[in-house]
Amino acid sequence: MPAMTVLSAPALATAFKPADVDYSAIAPMLIVIAGALIGVLVEAFAPRRHRHVIQVSLALVSLVAAFVVLVTVSADEAHRGGTLAQAVIIDGPALFLQGAILLMAALGVLTMAEKFGGQGADAFTPMGAAVPGSPHEAAALRAGLATSEVFPLTLFSVVGMLLFPAAGDLLTMFVALEVLSLPLYLLCGLARRRRLLSQEASLKYFLLGAFSSAFFLFGAALLYGYAGSLYLADIATAVRAANGALEGLLLPGVVLVLVGLLFKVGAVPFHSWTPDVYQGAPTPVTGFMAACTKVAAFGAILRVVYVGVEANRWDWRGGVIAVAALTMVVGAVLSVTQTDVKRLLAYSSIAHAGFILVAVLAFDRTGVSGTMFYLVAYGFTTIAGFAVVSLVRQGGSEASHLSQWAGLGRNHPVVAGVFAFLLLAFAGIPLTSGFAAKYAAFAPAISFGGRSGVALVIIGVLCSVITAFVYVRLIVLMYFTEPPAGEVVVAETASPFTTVAITIGTLVTLVLGILPAQVLDLAERSSQFLVK
Amino acid sequence: MTSLAHLATADGAATAATGVTAYAWLLVALPLLGAAVLLFGGRATDKWGPLFATAMSWAAFVVGFVVWLAMLGRDGEDRAAHLHLFNWVPAGSFNLDAGMLVDQLSVTFVLLVTFVGSLIHVYSIGYMEHDPDKRRFFAYLNLFVAAMLLLVLADSYLLLYVGWEGVGLASYLLIGFWNHNPAYATAANKAFVVNRVGDFGLSVGIMIMFAAFGTVTFAGVQQAAEGGAGEGVLTAIGLMLLLGACGKSAQFPLQSWLGDAMAGPTPVSALIHAATMVTAGVYLVVRSSFVFDHAPNAQLAVVIVGAITLIFGAIVGCAKDDIKKALAASTMSQIGYMMLAAGLGPVGYAFAIFHLLTHGFFKAGMFLGAGSVMHGMNDQVDMRRFGGLSGAMKITWITFGLGWLAILGVPPFSGFWSKDKIIEAAFIGEGWRPWVFGGAALIGAGITAFYMSRLFFMTFHGTKRWQTDGDDAVHPHESPRTMTIPMMVLAVGSGLLGLVLSLGGTFTHWLEPVVGGHEEGEHPVLPVWLLMTLTLLLVAGGVLLAWMRYWRDEVPQVQPTGSLATRAARRDLYQDDVNEGVFMRPGLHLTRALVFADTRGVDGGVGGLAALVGGTSSRLRRLQNGFARSYALTMLAGVVVILGAMWVIQ
Repeated sequence: MPAMTVLSAPALATAFKPADVDYSAIAPMLIVIAGALIGVLVEAFAPRRHRHVIQVSLALVSLVAAFVVLVTVSADEAHRGGTLAQAVIIDGPALFLQGAILLMAALGVLTMAEKFGGQGADAFTPMGAAVPGSPHEAAALRAGLATSEVFPLTLFSVVGMLLFPAAGDLLTMFVALEVLSLPLYLLCGLARRRRLLSQEASLKYFLLGAFSSAFFLFGAALLYGYAGSLYLADIATAVRAANGALEGLLLPGVVLVLVGLLFKVGAVPFHSWTPDVYQGAPTPVTGFMAACTKVAAFGAILRVVYVGVEANRWDWRGGVIAVAALTMVVGAVLSVTQTDVKRLLAYSSIAHAGFILVAVLAFDRTGVSGTMFYLVAYGFTTIAGFAVVSLVRQGGSEASHLSQWAGLGRNHPVVAGVFAFLLLAFAGIPLTSGFAAKYAAFAPAISFGGRSGVALVIIGVLCSVITAFVYVRLIVLMYFTEPPAGEVVVAETASPFTTVAITIGTLVTLVLGILPAQVLDLAERSSQFLVK
Repeated sequence: MTSLAHLATADGAATAATGVTAYAWLLVALPLLGAAVLLFGGRATDKWGPLFATAMSWAAFVVGFVVWLAMLGRDGEDRAAHLHLFNWVPAGSFNLDAGMLVDQLSVTFVLLVTFVGSLIHVYSIGYMEHDPDKRRFFAYLNLFVAAMLLLVLADSYLLLYVGWEGVGLASYLLIGFWNHNPAYATAANKAFVVNRVGDFGLSVGIMIMFAAFGTVTFAGVQQAAEGGAGEGVLTAIGLMLLLGACGKSAQFPLQSWLGDAMAGPTPVSALIHAATMVTAGVYLVVRSSFVFDHAPNAQLAVVIVGAITLIFGAIVGCAKDDIKKALAASTMSQIGYMMLAAGLGPVGYAFAIFHLLTHGFFKAGMFLGAGSVMHGMNDQVDMRRFGGLSGAMKITWITFGLGWLAILGVPPFSGFWSKDKIIEAAFIGEGWRPWVFGGAALIGAGITAFYMSRLFFMTFHGTKRWQTDGDDAVHPHESPRTMTIPMMVLAVGSGLLGLVLSLGGTFTHWLEPVVGGHEEGEHPVLPVWLLMTLTLLLVAGGVLLAWMRYWRDEVPQVQPTGSLATRAARRDLYQDDVNEGVFMRPGLHLTRALVFADTRGVDGGVGGLAALVGGTSSRLRRLQNGFARSYALTMLAGVVVILGAMWVIQ
């Protein structure tokens, strides 16, 4: 009789159990995927002159709709927990970070949509495939082509970002990593001006990204060897059980997985791509990348270290502490000698990654909420900051060299004023979100991080001083230096798209600086990870 | 009977506001609305703005009046009401609600502020008629009324502080209203800076309360003070509150700003710098009676400050030729009386407030009179160029005269009922105190009689020292109705208010639930009839002296050199020089030294560090060479180093 049971067909059928899918919980991701797919169809079928409008509206509608659904779903506790066979875990941090990504991506799309009166999105080349400077490119320009596929690409990237912090196992996390990265590699290479620089950036990002993915994958393999499972929950159980035999695989596995993730946030020594890519990529893409990728990648880091390998943190913590310290110092020190605004902001983003790592290393719920608050504060400020950078132009292309910014405050007081305010936020001056964020990040490190936490905070504060010098010097440059003679640097009049993006980014920076309590409270309430 | 001196809110005795009292927030909201409409409405409100502001002020008075009537309808012990507004500072363990305390004391102030304030709004319609910026002026006036009402209605020190700063702001804006004149702008700055010193004291006081008691509500602090808080803490709080009171009420040693504040338009001087704002310090001390009652040393400091100021102001008043500055000196001196009374404890609180009330009427009336004189004399303020105006400006003369009689303390005018009580109260006590403080109050009364009569005679009597032709021709004339009617109303108050309110001790009984009662069996060290006679004799002597020198004798049109004492008094007893020598010059030297240390020491260090960082930066920058291969190598090296280090450590 047992033999019969084994052989019988129904028994085989019950052996395959389809995964339960909580469609509501993953609805935001589905909406964005749908938006991206429809975007591809639009690219194929819609007449060229309507594409820009359709794509922009489609992207915005799907992002906003996803956010609305996310908020609705998050109200219901029933949708919390693992779904899709525990591959996706929807919990407080995942929801918070997904919401942040959706909002920031919407702002990013707004800045990408800027046309400055041209035919297509101003930041992007009319034909990505044409060789820079070739007749093809000129023809494409004359024909009024535009790469409106950047919007579906962005949406695809956003899908990966949404999945990244919610991934319940390392394989899903890897897929999310690739889904978010591949469209970004493309986007980086599509700048309209200085195309060679842009393509170089794209290639570098791709090569180094692939390199880091390999690290991640290798680390995941080692952890699988150790725990016999790719689920973070199982890895955590195995680490706690600590059954000797394969102990040697654990530490290298953790380190390599973290390397793959730290690469994405631009932590030293895995940061080298950041300045080149930030400089070469179209400015709106840089802003989008700096804000959203960071949120997603830190979300993944939080999940790996808080859910997966927290139990043996004393073994690997030292390495991450060193990385955090190095990241702050290198980011801050190198920003001093930068002469290009975008590179300067790139190094500043490296330093900020270090500040955020300080909060991650607190190993307390307040560390999670501090990290999440910092990400939101920094993300909105940085999108607005890059949007302002994209406005300042000389002879049609962006005036990114610092010397071109001299005296900007006299001719364009509003633009310079907004930028100065955003810089103050980067520096962490009170009454800006930067101050509240630094407080939220450093306080848990002091309370729960032990001696190393205190040391990191001291380094962090010293580095803040260095970066503050850099920002204030830029403000001085804008306001108290004579503009270079004969050079006409203008701040382009922005369309409502960019204006709205800058306004929202600046307002959030201001509001989070004055009344951070609401968002801090939300971050605190959403700081509990679920294991399954 | 000191135990009676409890604030009604202490044990939750203040009942929640019901009925009309629940609308007490309108008192602040209405004038605030007026200010907002006028300020944000811009030029569009130029035409009807002043009338609207005046209407808002009267509306606040009506609300205040109704609230008062409702309060009268309740029994003495149930009269205090508490109105919860909203949860203001929810900060973890510290939770502060914004609320209003509507009790006998605050309603007294509400009625004074809204009534006198509204009269002055009316007066200003005439006075500011030709000013192109009168909309802004009325906006500030409304702002002031709102802030002052918030100050007196607040149920916590923190909310009081908001109103306190609000009246300071309004005062600053109004003193510097004609800021195109640099001297006036400087006067506004001076008032602001001196007030900052006082406000600092108040804020430190609030911080001490928070640190020591964990609460800043009146009720909470009272409970803590009566529940056996250390005398040291209470003394510290009391002294800090006193410092705040000194700044706002122009008491020694922070009195120097009030004279210069007369740069503002005269209605402002009447409302803010005579009747209401400058008395906020007295309000603060009386409201904080529970602190001072348990901190005898702080209380003594209050009395000393009051006594010094009342003599100080009186002496300065004797030498001023500027009619407004003489009145300002008198204000300072009169507030000194109130302070002195407030420092005497439960014996004096009620009289301090009583005198504050009567003073609010007669001093505002006299300021409006001065404004009326200036109006008719081409904005001349030098009393040596006045004289004999009684014929030309009958109404002004009579109303001013009533105010003059009131401040002299001549029975049955208002001042007699309030000031004499203070003098009597000052003579209560044991040891040296009654003699010193009572003596100061008594002598002050005599000097007051002299300088006020000097002012009155120089302005309205004696020979005419002005011409109706020539270069500086003036044609004194009576002011328009909008100005004279408020003066007449205030004159009625100067005449009768004291008498009405003191019949059968009405006012002291009215305030008793808040500030406590007069202790039975305490008598002045001298018999009351003797004190009264002495006071009246001194007053008569002062008036006589003034009559001889400024009515009977010719008053020189040019200021004579005067004796050493006169010159000192003209320069406000060198108070500005003292401030300059003691605070400003050392401050300047300190800043210079700091700047030197900063350039040499700090900047040198910072510069060195910056060079170090910059150098490191340039060197590190070379690692960023742009080759993807070396970037990948950096990453690999990083991974190897981290793994290696961990392997070694394990």
